[in-house]
Amino acid sequence: MSIDKETIRHVAHLARIELQPNELEKLFGELHEILGFIDKLSILNVEQIKPTSHILPISNVLREDELHVSLNSDKALENAPSKKGNFFSVPKIIE
Amino acid sequence: MELNQLTAHELLEKLKAQQTTPEAILDSLYARIQKIEPQVKAYVRGQACLPSTSSQADLPSVGDRHACPLRGLPITIKDNICTEGLPTECCSKILQGFRPPYDATVIDKLKKSGAVIFPLKANMDEFAFGSSTENSYFGPTRNPWNLDYVPGGSSGGSAAAVASDEAIWALGSDTGGSIRQPASFCGVVGLKPTYGRVSRFGLIAFASSLDQIGPITKDVQDAAILTGLISGYDPGDSTSVNQDVPDYTKSLTGDIKNLKIGIPKEYFIAGMDEEVKTIIQEAVNKLKDLGALANSVSLPHTEYAVPVYYIIATAEASSNLARFDGVQYGYRASSDNLIQMYKLTRAQGFGQEAKRRIILGTFVLSHGYYDAYYLRALKVRTLIKQDFDKVFGEFDCIVAPTSPTSAFKIGERAQDPLSMYLSDIYTISANLAGIPAISIPCGFTKKGLPVGLQIMAKPFNEAMLFRVAHTFEQNTDWHKFKTKL
Repeated sequence: MSIDKETIRHVAHLARIELQPNELEKLFGELHEILGFIDKLSILNVEQIKPTSHILPISNVLREDELHVSLNSDKALENAPSKKGNFFSVPKIIE
Repeated sequence: MELNQLTAHELLEKLKAQQTTPEAILDSLYARIQKIEPQVKAYVRGQACLPSTSSQADLPSVGDRHACPLRGLPITIKDNICTEGLPTECCSKILQGFRPPYDATVIDKLKKSGAVIFPLKANMDEFAFGSSTENSYFGPTRNPWNLDYVPGGSSGGSAAAVASDEAIWALGSDTGGSIRQPASFCGVVGLKPTYGRVSRFGLIAFASSLDQIGPITKDVQDAAILTGLISGYDPGDSTSVNQDVPDYTKSLTGDIKNLKIGIPKEYFIAGMDEEVKTIIQEAVNKLKDLGALANSVSLPHTEYAVPVYYIIATAEASSNLARFDGVQYGYRASSDNLIQMYKLTRAQGFGQEAKRRIILGTFVLSHGYYDAYYLRALKVRTLIKQDFDKVFGEFDCIVAPTSPTSAFKIGERAQDPLSMYLSDIYTISANLAGIPAISIPCGFTKKGLPVGLQIMAKPFNEAMLFRVAHTFEQNTDWHKFKTKL
């Protein structure tokens, strides 16, 4: 299996990365080579094998529903590129 | 010897005996950095940002310092570990100027132990994406043993700083070898702890099922001390494990008689440097001389580790790096349109390797490709883990090279992502299997570049690594050599 330029363009859009035409060309070559290398996995028969998404035998870690101190909004907004009052500010979403 | 050349445990002895002060140690580091940092470039923004004297540093009061185990000893931190108020930029343009409003759990633990967080952060590949520290937005770090060579990566700044005595000791992070490979290239000790041993809270995430924070030090005793201080359960990281942290310094017994050591035959393959191979074989012979029983073992799925890693790690990275969108922190490109603002911010803020990995990771998770790539990789990960389980059923540890070569030249692999990825071929498996692994100095090539020996053990058996590594170290001199800088 490999990748074509249209797929790269689509995936870049999903990942919210604007690609320049020369970047697309370069990525096409590089991803083609990397995927060719990755394809060596296809020779293994893994039908009966369970996937490991996580190495530890723990799941659904929950904590008690108790109040904890968290960052106050001033601190949380300290690094914001743009803010208004107690909010992060972004370009208008609704026309 | 100058203070900055000593190990942490030697300095702790001196501090305890009141033969030196944290101020004097900091001043010796500052002097060293003023002298050689323009060549090494181990730190973000370099010597220009250094305070002029230690009086400006945030030192614990004299009363406090004798109550805490680290007594005001400084430690260098990789640029992807959050330090409150101190820039933490992951060596990326997209996080430029970011000053975290909180400390990572490891930083909190170190401060409570009396450590002084060094005011400069260590250079790294952007978001830890790389094996050479060439992908840093702030420019490459150089190998202190030979400035034409890379220090390894991604924790190349931490390793180069420790090797060149610009740091006493340091923290790095390891997702596929990012502590061990630079430790190997720079001739220092580097440990990736068991997954879940050290809290990841406040470590800027790359691949959450693989990342671990660990020590980079001048000797094994320092690594044992530091690992003990940063380990343990943390409610802030739901994957940290609630298991007692032993006193790792107690495992430095110097006795490895009759320990069963497995030598994986798949790690001695074509493509491995002949000189490195000879040095590793001599190290194995040394372990045998010291009483260990070494036998060949098989980890049959080794050749699949790199492709599995580059699917899982990029998939997780593509998800983790979605948060960098110009809204909450860091760089923002200007646009009237929100989606376009995201796309331009990420296009301008991420470097080439970050974009390549985000796009590859998004692809392997996308509709129509998920089963063929991501799900298949998770299944092969199971096979790789089973290989290790089987060997550890019979053997106490596994000994192997850390990397197939010594350090390579700056620029040599920068244009060829695949050859760069293959330099992690021996380190990646430990992350996929979640096991602890250490790299220690075991020799030099004819060109004078260090070579590292890797030791791996069962989950949560860091003590075994320290025991074997310390015994080897105490019977060799490789850790005592200093760079000519």
